[in-house]
Amino acid sequence: MRQKHHKSRTQAIVKQALTAAAIAGGTLFTGSVQAATDLSLWYHGAGNEVESNIINQIISDFNASQSDWTVSIQSFPQESYNDSVVAAALAGSLPDILDVDGPVMPNWAWAGYLQPLPISEEQIADFLPGTLGFWNDELYSVGLWDAAVALVTRQSILDEFGLRKPTLAEPWTADEFNDALAAIKESGKYEYPLDLGMAWTGEWYPYAFSPFLQSFGGDLIDRDTYRSAEGVLNGEAALAFGEWWQGLFKNDLAPGTSQDPADRDSGFLEGKYAMAWNGNWAAVPMLDTFDDVLFLPAPDFGKGPVIGAASWQFGISGDTEHADGAASFIEFAVNDKYLAAFSDGIGLIPSTPGAAALTTKYAEGGPMAVFYELSEQQGRVRPVTPGYVVQAKVFEKALADIANGADVADTLDSAVDEIEIDIKRNEGYGHD
Amino acid sequence: MADSKLTRSNRTGWLMSLPGFTLVALFIIVPFFFAFGLSMTNQRLVSPNPTKYVGLENYRQMLDIALVTLQPERDASGTVIRDDEGTIQYPRLRRLSRSDPAFERYKGMREWFGWQSGESHKAVVVRDPLFWIALRNTLLFVLVVAPVQGGIALGLALLVNQKLRGINAFRTIYFMPVVVSIVVVSLLWRFIYDGNDGLLNNLLDTLSFGAIPGVDWLGNPSTALGAIMAMSIWQAVGFHMVIWLSGLQTISPTLYEAADIEGASKWQAFRYVTWPGLRNTAVLVIIVITMQAFALFAQIDVMTNGGPLDSTQSLVFQAVERGYGKQDISGGSVISVVLFVLVLAISLVQRWLTRDRQN
Repeated sequence: MRQKHHKSRTQAIVKQALTAAAIAGGTLFTGSVQAATDLSLWYHGAGNEVESNIINQIISDFNASQSDWTVSIQSFPQESYNDSVVAAALAGSLPDILDVDGPVMPNWAWAGYLQPLPISEEQIADFLPGTLGFWNDELYSVGLWDAAVALVTRQSILDEFGLRKPTLAEPWTADEFNDALAAIKESGKYEYPLDLGMAWTGEWYPYAFSPFLQSFGGDLIDRDTYRSAEGVLNGEAALAFGEWWQGLFKNDLAPGTSQDPADRDSGFLEGKYAMAWNGNWAAVPMLDTFDDVLFLPAPDFGKGPVIGAASWQFGISGDTEHADGAASFIEFAVNDKYLAAFSDGIGLIPSTPGAAALTTKYAEGGPMAVFYELSEQQGRVRPVTPGYVVQAKVFEKALADIANGADVADTLDSAVDEIEIDIKRNEGYGHD
Repeated sequence: MADSKLTRSNRTGWLMSLPGFTLVALFIIVPFFFAFGLSMTNQRLVSPNPTKYVGLENYRQMLDIALVTLQPERDASGTVIRDDEGTIQYPRLRRLSRSDPAFERYKGMREWFGWQSGESHKAVVVRDPLFWIALRNTLLFVLVVAPVQGGIALGLALLVNQKLRGINAFRTIYFMPVVVSIVVVSLLWRFIYDGNDGLLNNLLDTLSFGAIPGVDWLGNPSTALGAIMAMSIWQAVGFHMVIWLSGLQTISPTLYEAADIEGASKWQAFRYVTWPGLRNTAVLVIIVITMQAFALFAQIDVMTNGGPLDSTQSLVFQAVERGYGKQDISGGSVISVVLFVLVLAISLVQRWLTRDRQN
């Protein structure tokens, strides 16, 4: 990146020289020699051809639309993307434009990897709340899509067990949900009534399961102060959640941490599981396999139904000297046309109603339109704090341990201790 | 020492080893000193806060260990409360340490293990249970893997050291797992160990005509570490077989002929000719296996993530998990330094035990 800066400096000098020459030479060179400045963009989606085609299309459209900036992309596999950014930041060679996973954004903003995004408010006015990354009351990142999780099952399964079809207005209560699982278990027709996706380790745990905890009334951390988790992650509500969670595995209602990843991918399609807790990105094969598949809202465990919000978003690197160019690229990219293209290409939820209307799957009456509403009505972002990165890890381990039979109270107490020690060691992560 | 081979004029030798020494210094010795320095700070992976020197605080936190005696819960009349099965009821240590001033010192500490002693409960409490569990698992792993892997490797080496047609095919087969990436091997073994329809369960089911029920090898805390040990032994045994083999081939055939003439049995030939001839090889194999076993990481990362219930936590896995996963570089460094001291101490003891007693 030093080379790049060096190059742009050289270009600036050349530009000045040419401008001088142009002035000296009168009308000879007027305006036509403005050299474009290079902007680098890092993206997490290496290996996905459809995704690459869309992002490349946006870049070439942008480069053709104006002559000040030339954006060039470098793609990374998702698994090593965050490590690459951290390494680049330590080496002082961040690109100009970054894409960042929503819950990680505060961590990077706090560390100075990102700078606030100067983008006009009306341009993002009708964006889904989960697609806007705010930290310390400032917008740092904006997403071209969101993701949502639903309780996937089939109408025929609901009919078979005489279950009410839950709606957004009236989701299942905890009792209805538990009774449904028990009835399906009782019938013995399925290996497990519910597939939670325990095979997907990592961010899936806090993303998919902390909403259950929130629906019980607990959370990863006290969101008023972001300095303590005592009484929130180990309070009455959290203990009730923990007992319920452990029961799912103790009573063989869901496959545990040793679930085969292949079963996670195809178990519901093969009829091993009656229901699955899964995301919109997995919906297309389900729609292809069954003609009566249903995407149901999260159950309400007492404090309202909740699902996780926020997916990958674009932001401007803290190091860049060309924040204006980076911002103009992001403004260019958050166009309904491109939001719709991503949605059609890889099944993501478009960030605006306007874009949703342009898509085949999310337009009104489309097969996945329900995800848009889920995202809009039930979506809640994960704790907005730089410490989330650690809290997510602690929560993941606590959930895995409880699923494997660890004492609920002790495990949650330990999780609280670990989170609070981490906050203290980081001098409060910038929360006053 | 003045006449040591190292100091005799062999400039070419030093010159030739220079690239190797430089790389080792750059990528092993320098990072070690970094780790040592960072372990005395509060260095984070991602943070705008300035790094501070904290001395031995990180070590104190990680190594803090104490013995606590819990008195049983008594009712108003002073009799010990027992549950339906007659088990004595104790107050929860964590509740005590969070509320009782007498237990203030143990706040945030957790019971590692405990035992019954008369009418009270003795508990060993630690501030960082994951470190102690990882340490115990790693030591157990080394204690099992080092002798078993070394022994099987020697057995295989003796088998493939015979002059038979096609013996090279066997050598190749035994050596093959070493060439395959450990990550790939771990992924494959995850399928083999699968609890529902894994290869191992199918095999046991067929061989025992259904008498042995399926085991969730990696999902059960009592089998997970054993499963990883078995797979690790299988994966690297070929490498050590080759080292043993090279040792076997340095033993002069005339010694065996002499033993034969003297009327030695096969066992006697092994005991008095082969084994003494393998002395230096044995030292090498044991030290190499020990060091490799202490570095247990990829299998854990791919197969279990340290679970279930911490039964497969290892020191290196914890170092990486803390340093990168939890962005706590100083925490990862502390474990690395402790691991270094441990491996160094064990290697020195091994060297001393296997020293050449003639000189």
